[in-house]
Amino acid sequence: MRRRPAWPRKAADVAVKTVSALAAAVGLGFLAWILVVVVRHGAAALNWTFLTSLPAPPGGSGGGLGNALLGTVVMTVLACALGVPVGMLAGVYLAEYGRGTRLATAVRFLANVMMGIPSIIIGLFVYAVIVLPAGHFSGWAGAVALALLVLPVVARTTEDMLGLVPNSLRESALALGAPHWRATVQILFRACRAGLLTGVLLAVARVSGETAPLLFTALNSPYWPQSLSGPTANLTVTIFNYAMSPYPAWQQAAWGASLIITLGVLALTIVSRALARERK
Amino acid sequence: MSRSEPRGGTAAEAAVPSAGGLPRRAHGRAPLVAEGLFRTAALSSAAVVLVVMAGLLAVLVYRSRLSIDRFGWSFLWSAAWDPVRDNFGAASSIFGTLAATAIAMAIAVPLSLVIALFLVEVAPPRLARPVGYGIELLAAIPSIIYGMWGLFVLAPLMADHVQPVLQRFLGRLPLFSGPPMGIGILTAGLVLALMVLPFITAVARDVFALVPAVMKEAGYGLGATTWEVARKVTVGYGMKGLIGGVFLGLGRAIGETMAVTFVIGNDHRISASLFASGNSIASTLANEFTEASEPVYLSALVELGLILFVVTLVVQVLAQLWLARLGRRAGSVS
Repeated sequence: MRRRPAWPRKAADVAVKTVSALAAAVGLGFLAWILVVVVRHGAAALNWTFLTSLPAPPGGSGGGLGNALLGTVVMTVLACALGVPVGMLAGVYLAEYGRGTRLATAVRFLANVMMGIPSIIIGLFVYAVIVLPAGHFSGWAGAVALALLVLPVVARTTEDMLGLVPNSLRESALALGAPHWRATVQILFRACRAGLLTGVLLAVARVSGETAPLLFTALNSPYWPQSLSGPTANLTVTIFNYAMSPYPAWQQAAWGASLIITLGVLALTIVSRALARERK
Repeated sequence: MSRSEPRGGTAAEAAVPSAGGLPRRAHGRAPLVAEGLFRTAALSSAAVVLVVMAGLLAVLVYRSRLSIDRFGWSFLWSAAWDPVRDNFGAASSIFGTLAATAIAMAIAVPLSLVIALFLVEVAPPRLARPVGYGIELLAAIPSIIYGMWGLFVLAPLMADHVQPVLQRFLGRLPLFSGPPMGIGILTAGLVLALMVLPFITAVARDVFALVPAVMKEAGYGLGATTWEVARKVTVGYGMKGLIGGVFLGLGRAIGETMAVTFVIGNDHRISASLFASGNSIASTLANEFTEASEPVYLSALVELGLILFVVTLVVQVLAQLWLARLGRRAGSVS
C-alpha cells in the first residue's frame, strides 16, 4: 500500500486553525467596534447637565436625561425588590423543600423556558394584566415586567448555588436542632453568599438594559418621575424614541444614554463575573 | 433522603432541659410557625412561575379573541395589514421573522462552531480565556445598543459599500435586487447573527470541552491532525449538544425585538429581495402597539404576540428537553 503524502492533511489543518483564529478575531472585532462607536458618540453628549436636567423640547438643544436616568434606576431597584425575594424563595423550594417532587421538576423546567421567552411578550402580558385594568401606563407596571425577567434567573441560580453547598453542612445545622428555614437562611445562604450575589447582579445587568418590556408598561415621559403610578421616564425607551426622531440633538442624546446604559450593564456583568471567579 | 420534615421541634423535645448547649423550644410553637410560614412562602414563590406561564398563555388568548373570531386561521397566511379597514394578517411579520432568523443562523452557527473550536482546541489557554471572555461580553451588550450601532453605523456602511458590491456580482438574483438602502432584512439578519453568536459559542465550547481527553488523545496517537480530531472526534461526540445550543440561539433570534426594530425598516411587505425593508412579529409589536386605538387592531397585535409566544415556547421546550436528556445520558456515562 502506498503512503499518501501528509502535506494535504497538514495544509488543511493549518487552514482550519487560521480560519478559527480569524473567526474569533472577527467576533472580538465587532465587540470592540460597537464599544468604540458607543464611547465616541456618547462621550460627546455626556456632561453634568446631561445627567441632571430635563430633556430639551423637540428640536431644541441642551437639556439632559436626568429624569430617564432616575426612572431607570428606580424601576430597576423596584424590580429587584419584587423579583429577588420571590426568585430566591422559589430557588429554595427547588433545592430544599421540593427536591425530587414533580412540582419542583415542572417549576424548574418552566423557569428555564421562561428565561427564553422574548421580553416583549412579558411586556405584553403585564400590559394586559396591569395597564389595561388600571387604564394608564405606569412605572409600577414597568417594574413588575422587569421583576418577571429577574425571577427565573434568580430562582435557577439560587437552586444551583444551594445545590453546591455540601450536604454535611445542611445536616449539621439540622442536627443541632435548627429548623429547616433557619438552616437555609443562616447557614446555607451564608455558605453560598458570593454565588447568590453573582446571580442577582447578572439578573440586574440583564434587566437594566431591557427596552421591550417597558414599551407597553412604563412607556416614557419628558418629566421627572413624581410617582410611579403614571408613565415613567427611562433611558432605554428614550433611546428608542430619540434615535427614531429627526432631530440631531435628540440622536446625540440617544448616544449619551446608550453610553450610560452600556457602561452600567458591562460594569455589572464584569463585577459579577469577577465574583464568580473568586469563588472558584 | 427526605429533608422535608421540620426537625427543630422534635430535636428540642428530645433534649433534656438541663443538657447544656442543645437548643430548647422556649416559645411554644413559634419555631414551627416560622418554619411553616417559610415553607409556604417558598412553595408559593415556586408556584408564581407556574401561574405566570399559564397566565401568559391564557391572557394572550383572551386578549386576541376578537382577532381570532374575525380572521380565524387565515390570520396566519393573510398578508393584509390595513388598520384603516381593520383587516389584518400575520404573513408579512412571520415572513420577516423567519427570513431574518434564517440569515442570522446561517451566519452565526458556522462562525460560533469555529470560534468554539478555536477556544477549545487551537488557542493556548492563556489566549483562550480572554478571547472567550470577550465573546461572552457580546451577550452582555443590551439589544438597544445593537440597534443604535446597526442603524447609525452598520446600515450606512451596508448601503454605501456592501450592498452595491453584492449587487454588482450577484445583482441578477432576485435576492439582491432593489435599491441598496442599508436597512432591511439582510442587515437585521446580520445584527441578529452577532447577537446570538455568544450563546451558541458558549454551548459549543462547553460541549467540546466535555469530550473525554482520552478520545482526543487516541486520535492524536493515530497521527491525526488537530482538525481531523476536531472533525471526527470532537464534533461527532458533541453533535447532540450542539443541536441543543443551536435551538437556544434560534429561540433568542426569533424573539429579539429592539435591534431588529431599529434596522429592519418596519414595512408590512413580503419581498424576494434581502435588501428590501420588512418587519418581524416583535418589531411590529414594538412599533405599533402603543398607537393601536381600534380594538380589532390591538387584538390583532396581541395575536401576533400569541404566535411569537407559542413559537418560542415550542423552541425552548424542545431545546430544554433535548439538553436535559443529554445531561442525563452524559451523567450516566461518566
